[in-house]
Amino acid sequence: MSGQSTHHGPGAAGHEAHMDPATAREAATLGIWTFLATEVLLFGGLFTSYIIYRIKYPQIFYEGHLKLDHVLGAINTVVLIGSSLTVALGIAAIRKGKVGLLRLYLFLTLLLAGTFLGIKYVEYTEKFSHGLYPDTDIFFSLYFMLTGLHGLHVLAGMVLLGAVLFLAGRGRYSESYHTPVEISGLYWHFVDLVWIYLFPLLYLLG
Amino acid sequence: MQETTWNGEPLKNGDPPRGYLEAKGFWAWAYTLDHKRIGVMYLYTTLFFFLAGGVFALLIRIKLMFPGQHIFTNQTYNVLFTMHGALMIFLFVIPAIPSGLGNFFIPLQIGARDVAFPRINLMSYWVFVAGIVVILFSLVRPMDTGWTFYTPYSARTAADVTTLSFGIFLIGMSSILTGLNFLVTIHKLRAPGMTWHRMPLFIWSMYATSIIQVLATPVVGITFLLLAMERVLGVGFFDPAKGGDPILFQHFFWFYSHPVVYVMILPAMGIISEIVPAFSRKPIFGYKAIAYSSMAIAVFGFFVWGHHMFVTGMSGTAAILFSLLTYSVAIPTAIKVFNWIATMYRGSITFESPMLYALTFIFLFVIGGLTGMYLGALGADIHVHDTYFIVAHFHYTMVGGTVMGLLAGLHYWFPKMTGRMLSEKMGRPAWLLIFIGFNVTFFTQFILGFEGMPRRYAEYPAQYQALNILSTVGSWILATGILIMFANFVRGLFRGALAPPNPWKALSLEWETGSPPATENFEEIPTVTDWPYGYAGRQT
Amino acid sequence: MKEHDSGTRTYIVVWGALVMLTVVTVAVSYVHLGMMNVFVALLIASAKASLVALFFMHLRYENRLVWGFALAPLFFLVLIVVGTLSDTLFR
Ligand code: HEM
Ligand SMILES: [Cu+2]
Repeated sequence: MSGQSTHHGPGAAGHEAHMDPATAREAATLGIWTFLATEVLLFGGLFTSYIIYRIKYPQIFYEGHLKLDHVLGAINTVVLIGSSLTVALGIAAIRKGKVGLLRLYLFLTLLLAGTFLGIKYVEYTEKFSHGLYPDTDIFFSLYFMLTGLHGLHVLAGMVLLGAVLFLAGRGRYSESYHTPVEISGLYWHFVDLVWIYLFPLLYLLG
Repeated sequence: MQETTWNGEPLKNGDPPRGYLEAKGFWAWAYTLDHKRIGVMYLYTTLFFFLAGGVFALLIRIKLMFPGQHIFTNQTYNVLFTMHGALMIFLFVIPAIPSGLGNFFIPLQIGARDVAFPRINLMSYWVFVAGIVVILFSLVRPMDTGWTFYTPYSARTAADVTTLSFGIFLIGMSSILTGLNFLVTIHKLRAPGMTWHRMPLFIWSMYATSIIQVLATPVVGITFLLLAMERVLGVGFFDPAKGGDPILFQHFFWFYSHPVVYVMILPAMGIISEIVPAFSRKPIFGYKAIAYSSMAIAVFGFFVWGHHMFVTGMSGTAAILFSLLTYSVAIPTAIKVFNWIATMYRGSITFESPMLYALTFIFLFVIGGLTGMYLGALGADIHVHDTYFIVAHFHYTMVGGTVMGLLAGLHYWFPKMTGRMLSEKMGRPAWLLIFIGFNVTFFTQFILGFEGMPRRYAEYPAQYQALNILSTVGSWILATGILIMFANFVRGLFRGALAPPNPWKALSLEWETGSPPATENFEEIPTVTDWPYGYAGRQT
Repeated sequence: MKEHDSGTRTYIVVWGALVMLTVVTVAVSYVHLGMMNVFVALLIASAKASLVALFFMHLRYENRLVWGFALAPLFFLVLIVVGTLSDTLFR
């Protein structure tokens, strides 16, 4: 109790200093993978519903998927894959200490993410104008829940990457410290991963 | 007793050093990153809901003493048992041990200064509080669905299930964040020398618990989200009118809620595994068996959810499958019980309150577990499902198990958390009343259930009245015991004798630091060379 | 996360492969293969997912612990699907 260490006051500043940098990085990696595991099971409930109803109502799924715009879906897939690439390149850049390049790539990522949501918006309005809503039938319930939840994740990812971009501008990250960049990058790739399955399941399979 | 030093520290105006409790004021708590303070905040919050839920329970019991008399409306009765169940389960039994005692003691027991992500830890607490606020807000309109929120009723009732769903989603999120934090903490922050097989068994049980929290909770999250969307957007997954399947809701609900009974019971088992050897002065028997059975329970627990659904119109294939699987969970549970008993065998046992509660846990939980086995058998369950037999079963497991484990832990660690001792003079009578009251309240319900009294009705045929009166009287005895126990806590906080660092002469690391511990837990991170159960055989 | 050569070229190659696979999966969807359509689509999606996980997410360079954390949820995903199907398929 004598040598009260300064970094352990009740205030928030610098508390994480109780781990050495290497441990902190490993902990963060493990933490984000654990978080992604929870995300798998969050979407898992929807995937389970998808499988069950697909088996039960093949006809509804067949007719439903015809009403989706395959071309826009495919374009969006490519857009999201592109954003994954830019994030990966951004991380590669900061690993070499190139902050400017990181910011450029993050900016591109946000642009692509915005494009993705823009296209989603077009698709949704298109569906609504044809009277297709979440309560239309089981297929559209699934379509809107899956893409909606995924869209929310895209939005959350944009906020996260936006924050990283902002902090990078403040000179927070360097060759030796860039864990938050890596962590948010992993989250972003996961968002991409989910879409990689959603696209064929909803748009392509009849 | 005029001392000037305490554990080598000079006394300040006659008071010992307050360790992590030194800083005062609202912000020193609300903004803290200290796992110990966060744990204490969780304990206060959850214990508050224990008392609140208890009041609802007493009201239910009073109504059930007088069938046919108009004490309150049947609708009020439905609201009362929903509130009782929902508050107790989501705001007390699930979070109390992991988020409260777990937060406080995981870093201490593994010799770390804090959890891996202190900020996330604080966030998890405030998300929890936000969830509570949202839930309370949703209860402005009376909630009448039962704590299981089965569709299609929950999708249609005028009660505000939508808001409540978001509240539960938040509570779930908080639980996930806590579990995640603990998993990483246990992996990455163990003191040098603390191999997996030198970890205290409480840590093993918390590790297993965290796995369940992380993997099961997201499913209940999406389930309640879909329920809310069903009400808001007309999504039809659970709505037969739209081609949906109400039983799907139950699958999702129990995919979470069965594993979650292990979130309730595993940490309690961990506490018992600490207390039994400490108060028997003997090395724990079957360390590895206990440790691995925690992991086995966590995993097997995911395979048996269907046993809650035998009577729903589930397919025969699934019913038989789930019935068989249910028995697989019994084995690791039995292993633990045998090991505790073997640990006590020929030990020099002392009966302070922590041990009394630990023994009560073993006794009551065995009854709860055995009746659970009985219910896991397809044929028997169809007979007693939705009777008071079920109510008795889960109170023997949740109150007899989890709550007794929690009380054991609170009595065991109270000196460490507060720096003061509890009074045994108050502690023992309180325990005795709780023990008697509990059995009178709930054993009668086994008999009632067997005689066919259905649960969740405000009224019942006169033939059941005598036992109901007995049960209600039991609830008063129980409540008296709990009140005395809380009085003992309050007294201990202010007037309890000063606690030495290690009042029970236990061997795990939390006892090697001050009572209460300093903010940074250990002046120097200890190096571990042995397991924490090397109690030197029998002493006299 | 050791420092390793996370080469720009590798990333671009992986990206190219992902785009190619997207084109392939769209193309295949126009061919009628019955149940095989589902199988092929999932196979391609999983190939793409593996590429993202291994290269973009650096799973290739991670230790066994991280692999465990990454793969465990898949097992439980299968579990909830199979458990639920054991009811709905046979009702
Ligand atoms: C103070 C001691 C307690 C008493 C006297 C008590 C009494 C009762 C009563 C009378 C019911 C109503 C049964 C019915 O008509 O369906 C009930 C239900 C229930 N209790 Fe308790 N209880 C107590 C403590 C607890 C605790 C600590 C928990 C936490 C696990 C708990 C969890 C439940 C649950 C889950 C239900 C079922 C609710 C439902 O089916 O909607 N109880 N309890
Ligand atoms: Cu169960």
